[in-house]
Amino acid sequence: MSLIETVNLCQRYGERDILKDINLAVSRGEVLAMIGPTGAGKTTLLRLIDLIDRPVSGKILFDGVETTLSEKARLAARRRMSFVLQKPVVFNTSVRDNIAYGLKWRGVPRSMIHQEVSNILEMVGLTEYGARNARTLSGGEVQRVALARAIAVGPEVLLLDEPTANLDPVSEARVEEVIRDIIQCHTTTIIMATHDMAQGQRLADRIAVLIDGEITQTGSYSEVFASPANKKVAEFVGIENVIDGVILSNDDRVVGIDVGGAVIEAISDYAAGEEVSACVRPEDVTLAVSEVSSSARNHFRGEVTRTVSLGPLTRVELDCDFPLVCLVTSRSADEMVLVKGKAVFATFKATGVHVIKREGR
Amino acid sequence: MTELWDGLTKAIELIVSFDPEVMGIAARSLRISVTSALLASLICLPLASLIHFNHFPGKRFLINLIQTFYSIPTVTVGLFVFVLFSRAGPLGGLNLLYTPTIMVLGQMVLITPVLLGLTISALSGVDRTIVDTARSLGASGFQAGLIVIREARFAVMAAVIMGFGRAISEVGCALMVGSNIRGFTRIITTAISLETSKGEVELAIALGIILICIALVVNIVLNRIQQR
Repeated sequence: MSLIETVNLCQRYGERDILKDINLAVSRGEVLAMIGPTGAGKTTLLRLIDLIDRPVSGKILFDGVETTLSEKARLAARRRMSFVLQKPVVFNTSVRDNIAYGLKWRGVPRSMIHQEVSNILEMVGLTEYGARNARTLSGGEVQRVALARAIAVGPEVLLLDEPTANLDPVSEARVEEVIRDIIQCHTTTIIMATHDMAQGQRLADRIAVLIDGEITQTGSYSEVFASPANKKVAEFVGIENVIDGVILSNDDRVVGIDVGGAVIEAISDYAAGEEVSACVRPEDVTLAVSEVSSSARNHFRGEVTRTVSLGPLTRVELDCDFPLVCLVTSRSADEMVLVKGKAVFATFKATGVHVIKREGR
Repeated sequence: MTELWDGLTKAIELIVSFDPEVMGIAARSLRISVTSALLASLICLPLASLIHFNHFPGKRFLINLIQTFYSIPTVTVGLFVFVLFSRAGPLGGLNLLYTPTIMVLGQMVLITPVLLGLTISALSGVDRTIVDTARSLGASGFQAGLIVIREARFAVMAAVIMGFGRAISEVGCALMVGSNIRGFTRIITTAISLETSKGEVELAIALGIILICIALVVNIVLNRIQQR
């Protein structure tokens, strides 16, 4: 049985639907990362799961018990969770008192609180800050106090909303280290919202993609990133080449996709006539100045329209009768003299093309 | 000009010699105004919390009404309390007219709108995220309310001091319900009024200086609090 389950959960602010029919199940001990662009509804969903807000429809089951009942039942369920808000605020008191509040509210004896707070301060590396007013701390330190405050109560479920947003790389690494400690040392179920896909990969067992208030895909990191469920997910996970076309033929799962004159070969089950998008990762495209023979099924002659240096890599935009973006090392770009107007040959394998059905047709 | 200068020197003499009458009047003023400010706070803090934390129809109008009463004339409050507690009034049987108790009550009525309004503003000024944070850490509605009051404590204290300032500096209500009885209900403002009308400006100036000193102390404390 799932520890948390949402059933057809909807939320609306005014006329705007923020969440639409969210069905999500999270098992005990699982670390789930919700990824999605800003404004997708991640914070709204976390607030509903933490029972801070009430949904307009749908229900949330916590450990099998419906939580849309009495305020008393909601408080009891909320006390088994804790939530670190995206922009955490600290109470205008000492760091120690900030961490102790959750325990006080649960009626934990004072003697136990002191010991517990000391342990948590040590865990997050803030022992020497205990007596300091929390309002005088830096952003990274506030984030660690917020985490410490949340884990001090020993939650069964820890909800994290963009836990490292707006932090410098050093603070981000320290906060991630604390989260990793929680994952390793406790059996806490964690649901974290992040727009940092790499962070989702580093910390989570499973990824849920939330776009425009809908969960569009859930799965492991490799499933979501290698096989995005639709065009929006593909674009969000950084697949820059999402080329619209129509299946011309399907010969034993090798399909030809007409993309406006040119034909891209890919592996797919879609039948001829189906309107699809071919997703090609820029790093999967190889460039050559002359046509080369290889096992790759897709060869296109194109012209460089733009190059952008990204340090060790260079992003090259081509016109191959359809736009194609590829990533090459800057050294290769220099050796090949990839400048605007240069004719090149782009190659990629049929197995490197992920085909998704186009929606809204 | 000579009269003013003579009055000032004599007034300073009265203060530095701890003249029993001057000190008695000043102590009574402080006692009555501190009591009224504290009692009004005991009523206003929970009441302001109730208004702030609950949503009900007419809430905005009620807050506007409270703010309108910030500048209610002291004599109007005096008249209202006088009518209530005069012999023929509904509370006349309590025989409180012309006592320090009624003066405390009058000042409480006078400063309640200021205290209530400023306390509501102080609570509204607390970041909404504080409530969300408290609830996310397992606070009940009551516990979350307490944390908001705690966060607003400096602004609430400033409201109490503002109320005290209005109470100690008012004269109309104290004169109407206390009647300026020597050694019993005579306070700084009523004494200044009486002594000036008698032409004895020395005592009036001495009391005026004390009142300004109290105002100065109150302002210093208020500034300190607001800087936090």
